[in-house]
Amino acid sequence: MSASAETILSIEHVAVHFGGLVAVSDMTFDVKRGEVVGLIGPNGAGKTTAFNVITGFQRQTSGEVLYRSHRLTGMKPHEIARLGLVRTFQRTSVFKERSVFENVLTGLHCSGRSNLWDTLLRSRREKSSEHELADAANEILRFIGLERRAGEAAGILPYGEQRLIGVALALAVKPTMLLLDEPVSGMNQAETARFVKLLEKISASGVTILLVEHDMPMVMQVCNRIVVLNYGRIIAEGAPAEIQSNPEVIRAYLGQGKKRA
Amino acid sequence: MSRYFGWLLVAFLASVPLWMHDFYFLHVLITTGIFIIAAMSLNLLLGYTGQLSLGHVAFFGIGAYTSALVSLGFQIHVLPDFTIGLAPKPAWFAMLAAVAVAGLTGYAIGKLSFRVRGAYFVIVSISFAEVVRLVAVNWVELTQGPMALNNIPVLRLGAGPLELSFLRKPEFYLLVLAVAVVCYVVIARLVNSRAGRAMIALRENESLATSVGIDVTHYLVLATVVSAAIAGVAGALYAHYIRIVDPDIFLFIYTVTMVIMVITGGKGTLAGPIVGGALFGFVPEILRAMEIEPELQWVVYGVLMILVVYFLPRGIVPAIGGYFSGQKSGGTAEAATTAAEPVQK
Amino acid sequence: MDELFQHFLNAIILGGTYALLGIGLTLIFGIMRVVNFTHGELYAFGAYCMYALVMIFHVNFFLALALAMAMGILMGAALEMLLLNRLRGADIDTTMLVMIGAWIVMQNMEQFIWSGVALSINSPFPANPLVLGPLSVSWNRVYVFIIALALIGATYYLVNRTRLGKAMRATFQDRDTAALMGIRIDRIHTATFALGSGLAAAAGALLGPVFVVTPTMGDLAASKAFAIVILGGLGNITGATLGGFILAFVEELGAGYISSGYRDAMGFLLIILILLMRPTGLFAQKERIG
Repeated sequence: MSASAETILSIEHVAVHFGGLVAVSDMTFDVKRGEVVGLIGPNGAGKTTAFNVITGFQRQTSGEVLYRSHRLTGMKPHEIARLGLVRTFQRTSVFKERSVFENVLTGLHCSGRSNLWDTLLRSRREKSSEHELADAANEILRFIGLERRAGEAAGILPYGEQRLIGVALALAVKPTMLLLDEPVSGMNQAETARFVKLLEKISASGVTILLVEHDMPMVMQVCNRIVVLNYGRIIAEGAPAEIQSNPEVIRAYLGQGKKRA
Repeated sequence: MSRYFGWLLVAFLASVPLWMHDFYFLHVLITTGIFIIAAMSLNLLLGYTGQLSLGHVAFFGIGAYTSALVSLGFQIHVLPDFTIGLAPKPAWFAMLAAVAVAGLTGYAIGKLSFRVRGAYFVIVSISFAEVVRLVAVNWVELTQGPMALNNIPVLRLGAGPLELSFLRKPEFYLLVLAVAVVCYVVIARLVNSRAGRAMIALRENESLATSVGIDVTHYLVLATVVSAAIAGVAGALYAHYIRIVDPDIFLFIYTVTMVIMVITGGKGTLAGPIVGGALFGFVPEILRAMEIEPELQWVVYGVLMILVVYFLPRGIVPAIGGYFSGQKSGGTAEAATTAAEPVQK
Repeated sequence: MDELFQHFLNAIILGGTYALLGIGLTLIFGIMRVVNFTHGELYAFGAYCMYALVMIFHVNFFLALALAMAMGILMGAALEMLLLNRLRGADIDTTMLVMIGAWIVMQNMEQFIWSGVALSINSPFPANPLVLGPLSVSWNRVYVFIIALALIGATYYLVNRTRLGKAMRATFQDRDTAALMGIRIDRIHTATFALGSGLAAAAGALLGPVFVVTPTMGDLAASKAFAIVILGGLGNITGATLGGFILAFVEELGAGYISSGYRDAMGFLLIILILLMRPTGLFAQKERIG
């Protein structure tokens, strides 16, 4: 990405303490517009906590998170999502009981135009808004390649496809930046490859991406830049090749036993 | 259910007073109908939005008391020599007031209660209802306490030669039917809309709903307000039908009745509360005809409830629906999916 | 001033039984996370057992208490094994609804068997109260207080110093590990529910002779028990003990100085206030389980 790209997300000296436990001690890094950044680190390094803090699901003890010059501290998760910073979840990523189509339709919530009276009176605005949302939902399903599954209950789909729906949900919110929490965990080779293609498509459409992952080959392939977290602080940052040969990083991982590398 | 079936059913029900002359049966239909309206309102909160609110009878009772008090008029001493009073108003105005007051109460309680979740929320909701009941019992100046509000005026619409008076059972039955249809349509439109999707989403997975930009508190409160308003309508109907209102209307057992209706019928379905309401409206009559003691009737309900929860955990309507579409229904109750991670603030 | 002291004394005496109720429920609601709507019914069950034993079978008053508590334990175990066992993995709604169903069945069976008439149980104590200067308290209540304290102490001992108690605490802190360590989870669940129910039955058996026995007596007891559990923090036995006394004080003073009609509302108001201000209860910071 060009060196003059603006910073879109800025995490400044964020610390998270629970009682006596320090989940994140001092985390500082940036993400520039258009990048695909990978946040990696051994288990327990604080990655999910970082995500939770950034997206408002958890409050940091100190430090600041800035998104497109908005201070996110104290904002509720749904407000942060509406700013354009949208996350996915590692485990339940879909509304299991609802169909794939309904899932995406739910994700399109913020794009709806009608209010309560429109709904109760079934006004023209309600009907046209619902049409628009249905069209938008179908388009998203085509984008991620799941249009054939539209009518099926999301919960019965194979795991890999559920993760795709999770991404569809996030895309429906019209994000400028996506935070993906272990998006390919549990996926096989084929599913991972399909996902990587989708990620490249999303990135090409202008969405900035920050992802947490353990699957090293995938991370090395997809990310422009990697940030390494250990014991709650950033220990290294740089291009994939640099990180792979960084002695600190290797030590961090080896210290926890053999990891897939 | 195709739309035509619904309207056909309504037409059939509307015709009942023409051929049913047994006034006792009409009475049962009326009280069942009122309970069905209340059950539908609870279903919105319990079934669609997934909130286990066990204080619902409070809204019903507040609706009843408001309608009664506004149509009877009242005067209370706020300070030793300062009173606030209201002259009696026509019953239709009182009923509208009841809806408004119940809805407002729903708003207040919703905003406060949803600070707590899960089991705590259940307990808070029960506690609210009990406090309201005790206020009704003790604030005798306003509510007459256990001596009850009597002689609540009959609902009359129109004037002079065009006046419609809802005193006799056939007219009141049609009124209840009309109100029930309106409430059904309101709820149906709500749950099938964007707002309804948001409510269902937050029932299914609150964190996920939040992450797509849904303001969870806003929709919880919205569901509570609509739910409370409709329960208030049911209460108002009750007040102008039975025409006596006492604090027993707030007893927990009535909440339980509504809950049983919703759960056995099928929570989260539009037809569920109707089926459940009909079932628990008529079962008492059948049992009474069999001359079974009232206590044993309740034992039957309790057992029924337990059985339904075990064998038809989603209720009767989904079970039937599942049967017809060839899927296996029932089985273990679905665990509510909440995202395993982010720590909820 | 004397009036104040009398209220204090009444509150202390009442607090003991409230604490019993609260401890029983905090074990079940707090640790097992079951919204136990039958807790009040176990209280009533204990009272009815006491009535039957003392007034019909003429069993010795003090032995009857032990028997009533034992029957409460058995009833609790039966409820757990019959109803809750299958619901182990289910969500809170389902469990709650089943408990409501059980509550309806139990209360109405009681009503059916005994009818709604209020029953009194004779106690062997002198009718004249014990007089301590300007204060007076009935012998019955003194006895109730002493036994309540003894039971509270025994519960503490059981939970904190016996193997069973340790197993209980382990199970509810980390079930899988406990299972791996050889603890029979099913039995622990049953035992915990039974213990909680036994305490409720004991409270009922103690208070039955003090007040009267009616089929609906359990409802108010249950609501107070929930208030106490919330006051003290879920699973916190110390909190529940303190909560029992606090509620008794609030009730006594409120009824004495504000209005006796709203006496029973005190518990509910307390619940609402606390949960709205501090959703985790007053004492939740203290270590859980004793």
